Amino acid sequence: METIEKLKEAAIQAVHGATIDIVNSTPAAAQPSLVVDREHFYGVGKFFKEDSRFQIDYCSCVTAVDYLPKDGKPGHVEVVYHLYSVAQKQGPIILKVRAPRELDQCHVPSLTPLWRGCEFQEREAFDLYGVKFDGHPDLRRILMWDEFKDHPMRKDYVPPMDYEWEPTPHDDTLVRAEQGGGVVPPSAIEEAHKAKK
Amino acid sequence: MAVDEGLKSEMQKHGVFVIPFEQLYNWGRKSSIWPLQFGLACCAIEMIASAASRYDLARFGAEVFRATPRQADLMIVAGTVTKKMAPQVVRLFNQMPEPKYVIAMGACAISGGPFKDGYNVLKGIDRYIPVDVHIPGCPPRPEALIHAIMTLQQKIAGQHLEKDHRPRWYDKTETAEYPIPGYGAHDLEPPVNKSIWQPPRNYRDETIQEVLKKP
Repeated sequence: METIEKLKEAAIQAVHGATIDIVNSTPAAAQPSLVVDREHFYGVGKFFKEDSRFQIDYCSCVTAVDYLPKDGKPGHVEVVYHLYSVAQKQGPIILKVRAPRELDQCHVPSLTPLWRGCEFQEREAFDLYGVKFDGHPDLRRILMWDEFKDHPMRKDYVPPMDYEWEPTPHDDTLVRAEQGGGVVPPSAIEEAHKAKK
Repeated sequence: MAVDEGLKSEMQKHGVFVIPFEQLYNWGRKSSIWPLQFGLACCAIEMIASAASRYDLARFGAEVFRATPRQADLMIVAGTVTKKMAPQVVRLFNQMPEPKYVIAMGACAISGGPFKDGYNVLKGIDRYIPVDVHIPGCPPRPEALIHAIMTLQQKIAGQHLEKDHRPRWYDKTETAEYPIPGYGAHDLEPPVNKSIWQPPRNYRDETIQEVLKKP
């Protein structure tokens, strides 16, 4: 695989006007990635798929990461694609795209028209993170039921309060059991508070 | 019963068996508990092992796993019940003919187990259907399932057919239909069937409100 800088150069030359940043992950993974702006994301994906130097024919993984607002900076949801070339036995190229956290603005282009294997994984990201994929052929919930309104993997998600009975409360469970007013052995509460201190 | 034990054993030596009808009837029922063939997670693997030759559930007459609730006597809830799956489990239970029994197998089926804190896991199937035998374990060994079947057999053997102690299925006014929870916007609706499940309380349990009120 070519270096990440060369990938970026090639993509910028092929797709006019694309804004691409290089993001380095932890050194241990040694997998730098390309963050592409939303308008040109599909074009960059198409370039890597069709260019004979790369022949990216396989989308291995689609996932999303939720970043809460921090230090005055607005939060965002980042969608991550891990792409490989089976034909050339190389990869991964990691493409990322960012969208605002607000549900009505949380749109990114779908890469399902390029790699059919993205379909279910984009549905999963939609279900759990609320990212809407424009151009997806069948964007429905895949894990939760259709009537479900929340997106549970978002960091501000509040789970339902079904903590009526907690024999061994601890950490978050203790907090939620206290909020819900559930039945708890008092010694268990004492132990949990002691363990906290 | 009114048959003298000594006389009974004397008659048995000559090949004459005297037995109350109730005992015979329950012996027949407890020796042919046909489970419903379905598994939800890893506990199902242990259930399959129990039914296979090494552990041989056939010794207890419970080897005939039926693929339809209409022919099943026993529902073994083997595995994690997700909230998405819970209405289907309750519906299957409703479709089983009386008399019917439920074994909740494994930590997940009895309480949510390691996934109890999750937003998507039901915290015990006994919130919606009545459970006869709970088996702890993650997953329980086949021996534990066999023990649960034996416990259930004891329970069946102890059921009376006479008028005052009849089980619920002889009572025409009693219904065995349990309300199927609906898919809500944030959780199942209702999250628990309060008529059959209340938070279990023993001498040392208190609600958090009671604990907070204490000086």
